[in-house]
Parts: sequence; structure tokens; C-alpha cells
Amino acid sequence: MHESRSQAVPVDPAAERAAIEAAIEQCRDLRGATLPMLHAIQDRLGYVPAAAVDAIAAACNLSRADVHGVLTFYHDFRTAPPGRHVLKVCRAEACQAMGCERLERHLADRCGIAMRGTTADGALTVEPVYCLGNCALSPSVLLDGRLHGRVTPERLDALLAAAEARA
Amino acid sequence: MYSNKVIDHGTPARPGPATVTVQIDGAAVTVPAGTSVLRAAVDAGVRIPKLCATDSLEAFGSCRLCLVEVEGRRGFPASCTTPCEPGMRVRTQSKRLADLRRGVMELYISDHPLDCLTCPANGNCELQDMAGVTGLREVRYGQDGANHLTGAKDTSNPYFSFDPTKCIVCSRCVRACDEVQGTFALTVQGRGFDSKIAAGPVDFMASECVSCGACVQACPTATLIEKSIAEQGQPDHAVVTTCAYCGVGCSFRAEMKGAEVVRMVPHKDGKANHGHSCVKGRFAWGYATHPDRIRTPMVRDRITDPWREVTWDEAIAHAAREIRRIQDRHGRDSVGGITSSRCTNEETYLVQKLVRAAFGNNNVDTCARVCHSPTGYGLKTTLGESAGTQDFDSVEHSDCIVVIGANPTDGHPVFASRMKQRLRQGAKLIVVDPRRIDLVRTPHVVADFHLQLRPGTNVAVLNALAHVVVTEGLAKEDYVRARCEAAEYEKWKTFIALPKNSPEALEAETGVPAAQIRGAARLYATAGNAAIYYGLGVTEHSQGSTTVMAIANLAMATGNIGRPGVGVNPLRGQNNVQGSCDMGSFPHELPGYRHVADAATRERFAARWGVTLQDEPGLRIPNMFDAAIDGSFKALYVQGEDIAQSDPDTQHVQKALESLECLIVQDIFLNETAKYAHVFLPGSSFLEKDGTFTNAERRISPVRKVMPPLAGLADWEVTMALANALGYPMHYRHPAEIMAEIAELTPTFAGVSYDKLDRLGSIQWPCNDAAPEGTPVMHEQQFVRGKGRFVVTDYVATPERTSRRFPLILTTGRILSQYNVGAQTRRTGNTAWHRADELEIHPHDAEQRGIRDGDMVSLQSRKGETTLRAVVTERMQPGVVYTTFHHPESGVNVVTTENSDWATNCPEYKVTAVQVVLQAHKSDWQLGFAQAAEQQIGLLPGRARRGEGG
Ligand code: SF4
Ligand code: SF4
Ligand code: SF4
Ligand code: FES
Ligand code: FES
Repeated sequence: MHESRSQAVPVDPAAERAAIEAAIEQCRDLRGATLPMLHAIQDRLGYVPAAAVDAIAAACNLSRADVHGVLTFYHDFRTAPPGRHVLKVCRAEACQAMGCERLERHLADRCGIAMRGTTADGALTVEPVYCLGNCALSPSVLLDGRLHGRVTPERLDALLAAAEARA
Repeated sequence: MYSNKVIDHGTPARPGPATVTVQIDGAAVTVPAGTSVLRAAVDAGVRIPKLCATDSLEAFGSCRLCLVEVEGRRGFPASCTTPCEPGMRVRTQSKRLADLRRGVMELYISDHPLDCLTCPANGNCELQDMAGVTGLREVRYGQDGANHLTGAKDTSNPYFSFDPTKCIVCSRCVRACDEVQGTFALTVQGRGFDSKIAAGPVDFMASECVSCGACVQACPTATLIEKSIAEQGQPDHAVVTTCAYCGVGCSFRAEMKGAEVVRMVPHKDGKANHGHSCVKGRFAWGYATHPDRIRTPMVRDRITDPWREVTWDEAIAHAAREIRRIQDRHGRDSVGGITSSRCTNEETYLVQKLVRAAFGNNNVDTCARVCHSPTGYGLKTTLGESAGTQDFDSVEHSDCIVVIGANPTDGHPVFASRMKQRLRQGAKLIVVDPRRIDLVRTPHVVADFHLQLRPGTNVAVLNALAHVVVTEGLAKEDYVRARCEAAEYEKWKTFIALPKNSPEALEAETGVPAAQIRGAARLYATAGNAAIYYGLGVTEHSQGSTTVMAIANLAMATGNIGRPGVGVNPLRGQNNVQGSCDMGSFPHELPGYRHVADAATRERFAARWGVTLQDEPGLRIPNMFDAAIDGSFKALYVQGEDIAQSDPDTQHVQKALESLECLIVQDIFLNETAKYAHVFLPGSSFLEKDGTFTNAERRISPVRKVMPPLAGLADWEVTMALANALGYPMHYRHPAEIMAEIAELTPTFAGVSYDKLDRLGSIQWPCNDAAPEGTPVMHEQQFVRGKGRFVVTDYVATPERTSRRFPLILTTGRILSQYNVGAQTRRTGNTAWHRADELEIHPHDAEQRGIRDGDMVSLQSRKGETTLRAVVTERMQPGVVYTTFHHPESGVNVVTTENSDWATNCPEYKVTAVQVVLQAHKSDWQLGFAQAAEQQIGLLPGRARRGEGG
């Protein structure tokens, strides 16, 4: 979670508030509730809105900085709504060795986004991951939760086109 | 960072008697058990390289620079996280270690800008020093790899900047904010290569940061650095002195360049603050050289005349002539003086001596009248001494902390940080306050009980607490039997057990649920060491003295006085309010709280001073005002206090001041009172004189001159000149001689001297033959008065009641960034946090009145009205509104009333029946005030006026 909020996908403040409240209620009594709360919010909304930091800090009697630290420590959290499709590109050793930068470069050329971000039309969010456990078939990506190995730029285009057609 | 001229021991000291002996590079060194190898090495004179460790923080072990070899162990343990073990043989230098360390440095420097020569930390940078000691000569990685050299600088805080390009992510700043300050405003954002220090998701100014400066001291690089250092460069020498703001009395190193202060840094050896500070002492000292400072004495015949600048001799002669003329015409008692809690002990002593010996009467009083006079009365009556029972360190031994009518995180921030440390370790907390102050719930601290009483019902709540203690058999009968007057105790016990004092019976009056009172009373009585800290929310009431005695009763009944961790502790407001009271500032008491009617004491002073002394108490401040209005009191000498702004019922005070024939004001600024003055004597700030301040724990600390007085004379020299002009000789060559006289005449100060202060750093009185190095905890064997005395504390509701016309209760207080009447803090960068006084109001009360957050409202009482901005907040309870009094133009004391404590006349600032209504325009008083202020500035001579305007 390091990318600033993209304006590509509109947000619904009322839904944000409701999701935050529900998540806090659900996890209030857990020990170390911050992380479960953040997950519960992301599960509900697909991202963690800025307002969640203040709300969790107040609920858990932490500082805002405490919560911000947790939120930013985990790569999984997003602070803006994702696009219609989420593509996670592996950047760990095996995939690097097998040329994942080619995929990165291709994405930059094709969609105008770097390794983290959402396209202007809100179609696609790209995020890095570190090892998908699919090293034998690297380079690997995860598209909308499905794992694909030995991905070339051409295959990536095909996968994205197919996904967009399904949506 | 902290000055590299001061030794950094690397890790905190470990207290305790047990020791271990280790060998460091062949030299044996013996240290307390639990001491780190790093610290032991410093004791042995060996400086092991380090970056992430510093002696104000627990070791963290992240930089790997402090590696050592330990005989018989494999690998290279980090010396900061390795405790000494008996017989350990440590090697701090070897080829292998040198290579490892150089490797670490190389990595750091490969991602660090190479601009040391133009860096503000140049000459005082640990990273630079470490590059030197590790012998770094080249950086093989080059600087072209991925780096952090482009981050944007955060300059949002008025006093320090954050430049992430210089950050080595040692997290010293984060740990300082967490461990020392307890604000938790910083975090490490992200992880791995992406790690970056952040004040949460926003910049420093928008964050939770309270600008205490702890992170800046802790930072080993120029990442976090004072803007004053960036502008003025590194200091060339340092002088240890004492903060002139609040009653914590923090010790500081004034770091100087010639006669110019470059920065103020809390002194690590300071026993009140142990190297910590708050935004005021640390950063808000710029007022001392503000252009508004008046540098030339001035006189005028009428207060509507323009001021005339004159020489010191002329001003002093004029003042003396006026006093004698008035005394000749209106009698010896028609004049008086007011001492200042802002000035030194020596200066205060001189002013009361001037009044008693040169004016020849006892008409001397002090601003403590309006804050802690009930403390003096209440504690003297019950325990026998007018002062808090503990030192601040005592809180480290408390199991239960009770905070009554005090807001330490704003009023006494450095002590609040200590308290929060202890609370995070698990001590219990009871807060008694009408407002939900920060301590009730703040990151990592939650009060176990918040007794949110209605303002004015302190005595009822304390009686109810004591009722539970007594009726549930929780009193420590053995302790009471051994240490207190039996008959008085029985009387009190019978009284307190009456059904009318039960929590249930008082619930309707106090607004506090009985179950909460019962719970809190049981916790206080059974927790182990229980300590009470209280503030002006206790004293500034019509029953202020009763409340103080009720607190003392409760502490005695539960055996909570006389050892570390317990006690009754007033949190004194001003830097030297304890001292000014000690020094005989009250009309009825000579120095050391001895009544003027006590013939033996009076004779000693009379003999030493070569005069006869009156045996009847003189006028208190409110009496002076009344007497001025009725025509019997004509001249007043006011040193360093702004009575026109700080005293209640402003319009009455103004009328009194206007009635005087001669008002002599000595101050660093043309304050509100000076606008009614005939003689203005320019004062000196704490940086311009030698002396001592005494803090809330009775600690006498040195104040040292770092620059010459701007107007040529220090305050004590001015009082001396006035005495001499009045024909009463005073010839001290240095404040040390004044202290010698105080010690000679005051048994509790008998052992105090400047030499001893230099040697010990500071001394807690009583200091005498029985306690040559001072007394941290009082009443250890027995109470100062012999047997402790219980006093029956009947609850009497304040006459100030809400009515249909004035349905709300106003209570007043202060905030962290501003100090008292704001004369200093308003002239510093602290205004970034607080530009104007605001009225806090509960959403329910606001809604009823159609008030939204940020609206201008009129605050009205039977005394007057004023207009200010509303803040709608749930900190308030419904029915109660709150504001501060830091800005003269908000005129809050136009609204407060003449009600006061029955015993001491301390004004009832904390309870005023008011109404609040939407109102866009200023009140008549405010318009008149603005006009008068402008007029007065117009009367200043050109040079001074330019200053006022700028
Ligand atoms: S100045 Fe004090 S409160 Fe602010 S971030 Fe630094 S340590 Fe924390
Ligand atoms: S700002 Fe200073 S103290 Fe904080 S991590 Fe960076 S270098 Fe260390
Ligand atoms: S806590 Fe008080 S004495 Fe300490 S720095 Fe702040 S204002 Fe000064
Ligand atoms: S490194 Fe990419 S899947 Fe393991
Ligand atoms: S100083 Fe010991 S690891 Fe940093």
C-alpha cells in the first residue's frame, strides 16, 4: 500500500462509513484488533479508505500513526477502490530471473500504469506480489484470484482481453 | 540531535544495588546488573560505534554497528542489546569488527546525500562521526542505485523540519515519541526498502505531534532538526538553566553562540525532567528578544498622558518620591506591592522585603492568591507544610494515580509524560474532572474511572469517596493511630460516615453515579501505593481550601502519605509559584510560611533587616482593589504580573487600577496592567539574570544569566535601586548573597547555597542539617506538624447557581501551546496551534441554541459579556462550557465573578453561571478594550511603538 488514491474508481462515503463501523464492531473484542479490522474493511470494500485509520485508532485507543504503520506494512492493503480486474504480478527472485520486468514494461506501455495503480478507465489495477509459490512456472501472475504461469506479454494481453470480455 | 559534546551512554541506566564486573578491552568495569555492554564500555572510557541506540531509549538492535566479540561466544553480538554478565570479556576492536562496521556504514552512506559541508548538522551529527570512527573512505556501491535522495522536506512544524533524504530509518524518533513523550505520533511507514518515517498519513503539523522535540533530540542525523540551528548554525557553548514556564521546572541547556540563544535543549541530568521537555520550554523562548520588549524606563503623570522615556535614575527617583509623597498624605498603609511567580526566589524575596522594610507595612501579595493559596492553607492545616509531599520520580512507584481538577497533558506536559509511562506499565488511573480531558482516553492509556462531576462539587465527591473508605472498613487504622490526632480523626470519621455523605445521597448533586464512586474509592484505598495529583480545578472554587483538606483527609485515612509512590501533590501552575509563596509573598507570612504575628520570627527578621515590622497581616490583592476604589489605597508596585488580565471580574480590577495615584509596573512587555501605570520599569527575562526557581516538587533549580539584561538591569537590581532611593539600603552584589540571607533566616532553606546548587544541580527543600541534600519525600517518619490533623469538610454548594437566565456553567483553563495570560507564548511560533481563545460546548447545548462548530457566540454572565468562537465537542458534558484565558482581547475574566474561596480569597474561576447565544459582533467591553489598547500604544514613544506594532 503505497500508491496514492486514484480517482479512477468512484467511492461511496456512506458505504465506506457503514463498512468501517461493521468491521470495527465485528473485531472489537479481539486481541490486536487492528489487523483484523483492516482485513474486514478491505473484505467489505475491496480497499481501506482514509477514514478507517481514524476510526480504528479511536476504537482501539491507538494513535493514527500506529494504525498507519500497520496499514502500510502489509502489501495487501489498498487505500483506493480497485479497478474491475486486479492483476498481481510476481516480482520475487524466480520470476525476476525469468523476466517479469518484461511484463512490467509491457503493462506500462499498454495501460500507462507502473507496478502499482489503476488505469484511468477503472478497468484494471496492477499490484506487485512477492512469490506466488509457482516458481517452477515463472513468471507468474494472479488475475482476479486465478494463477497463471509462464506469462508472456502476448499471453497477458489475451488474459486481460478475456477477463474484460467476461465482465 | 543532542549535543555530541555530552556523553551518550548508549542505553538507559539500570537502577538497583546489584552489580556485575566485566572486562572491556582488558579493563575491568563494575556496573549495575542489567547494564548493556555498550553502556558499560562507556563507563570504561570506550566508545563503541553505534547509531540506533541512545541513552534516552531502550536498545533496539537494528543498525549492527555496535557489534563486539565476546570471549567464548560465537558471532558478533550487538553490544546495545547484550546485558553484561559476570566475568564477560569483551573485545570492541578487531580487524573483523572494523570490516563489519565499515560495511554497515558503506550501506548507509550509499543512500545518503554527500552534502556534509552545507548540512545544518555539520559538526553535530552521529552519522558523520560514525563515518569518521569506522574509517569509511569509499562507497563501493556508488550512489546510482535505488535510493531515497528525492523525498520532499516537511517544514510544516514552526520549529523543526523533517528531511527524509537524510533519514537512516534508525527509528530513534519513533521510539522517542512512544517511550519518552507517549504521543505515538510517528511510525515506520511501509517496510524493507520502502520504509520511511511518517507522522501518520499526514504532515507533522496535521498529525498528532505535540511538538515536544523529543524526536529531534533523538535523531542522529539532520533529518529532524531545529529550524533555529538551520538558520543560526551550531552553538559554541552551553549554559544549564531552568525553564521559565510551568511548575514542572524543567532543566535546560541553553545552547549559545556568543550572547545569542541558538536552541534550548532539555538537560539530561535535570532531576525534574530527565532530558525531556514540552513545546514551550523547548521552542517558545523567542519572546525574550521580541521587538515588543520595552528597553527604556518610562514615566507619566496621568494614564492618559504619553509616556516619557527617562533614565533609570530618574524613573527610580520618581517612583520613590511618589511612594513617599503618598505615604505622607495617606498614611503608611496606603501603598503595597505584588510579587511575581515568574520572577526568581531572590527577586520575590526582595520585593516582599522592600514592602515590609522600606514601605513599612505588610501589604504584599502574589499571583498565587488566584491559583494555589488554598493549597497553602489546606496542606498547612492538615499536614503542616504548604507544599506537595513528593518528588516527580515518585510516580514511578505509584500503583494508582488520581488526577483531580488538573489537565497534566496540557498544563504540566513533561510530568504527564512520566505519568503516562507509569500508566502504560499498568498503574491504575482515576480522573475527577468535569471535562473529558485527554488522560481519560489517549493512545495506550485509559482511565479506569472518570468521575465526571458537575463543576463546584469537588468536596461532595471527595466526601463520598472518603465515606466509602470509612464505612467499608478500608481505612488504615494502624497508620492513622500512629500518625494522626486521634480525637480529630474520630470526629471526622463520625462526620464522614453520615448518610448525607454517601455516594448515593450525593449522586444528584455531583452527577456522578454512586457505583463509580464506590469503585474508585475501593481502587484508591486498596491499590497499594496511591497518589493524588491536583490542580486549579481543586483550588479555584469557593470551597478550594476545603477541597485541599478533603484530599489530605483521604490520603491520611488510607495511609497514602510518607513514602515514594503516594502523596498529595499540587501541580503548580507557574514556574515559581511555589517559590514565591515560600519567599514570604503573602501579607500574613514571612519567608518559610511563618505568621507575622509570631513574635520570635518577626524579631529575627526585624533585627536582621534593621527595622520594626508590623505584626498584623496586610492587604490581600482583592482587598487592595477594594481599598483603591474606596480611596484608602493609593500606590502599588507590581513586579512581573498582569493583574488586569489574570484576575477575575476585569471591570472591577480596571476601576481599582484607575483609582491609584501611582502604579509602578515592572515587566518585560507593556502588559494590560501597564496600561494603567504611571511608572514603567523594564523587566528582564529568565535568560538575563541569575537566580533560582522552585518547582511543584519543592525543587530549587538554578536560573543562569546567558545574556546581559536588555534594559541594562536585572529585576533584582531594580528592586534594590528602588529600596535605596526610598532610603532603605540594599547592597547585594549577586543573587547568591540574597540566597545566603534567605538561608540564614529560613529554617527550611538553611542548607541552601549557590555552591551547593552548583554541586548538586538542584535541591528539594527542606534542606538543613537534618537533610543536607534536601528532601524528596516529605512526612516520612511523622508529619511536619507532628500529628496529621483531620478536618471536617462540610460540603457547601457555591452561591453561584445556574438560573433560567444563566443556565450553563463556565469553567476555565489552559492549553498546551499557550502559557497563562499568553504574554510570552503569543509572541512565539506557538500561535500556530492556538490563535484565539475558543468556547468549548457540548453538541446538545449547541444544537439547542442553533450554534454550529466555528460560529461566533456571546458568552454572558451577570458580570459581563464577551464574544468568541465556539467549538462543538463531546469533551464537554451537557450544561458545562469551557474556555481558556490566553488572549487579552477575548476578555474571559470580564465574565468571571467576584466569588472566592472562603479561607484565602482565591477566586472561583472554575464556576460561573453563563448563557451562550449566537452573536456576530464583539461585546462593548471588547470594543472598548480594542480602542484603549490602540490609544495606549499611541502613547508609547516612537521607538517602543514600532516594536509594539512589529
Ligand atoms: S515532537 Fe514530540 S510529539 Fe512530535 S513527533 Fe516528535 S516526539 Fe512526537
Ligand atoms: S528521522 Fe532521524 S531518528 Fe528518525 S529514523 Fe530517521 S535518522 Fe533515525
Ligand atoms: S513542562 Fe513546563 S517546565 Fe518543562 S519545558 Fe514545558 S513549560 Fe517548561
Ligand atoms: S518467485 Fe514468482 S512465483 Fe515464486
Ligand atoms: S547501536 Fe546497537 S544495533 Fe544499533
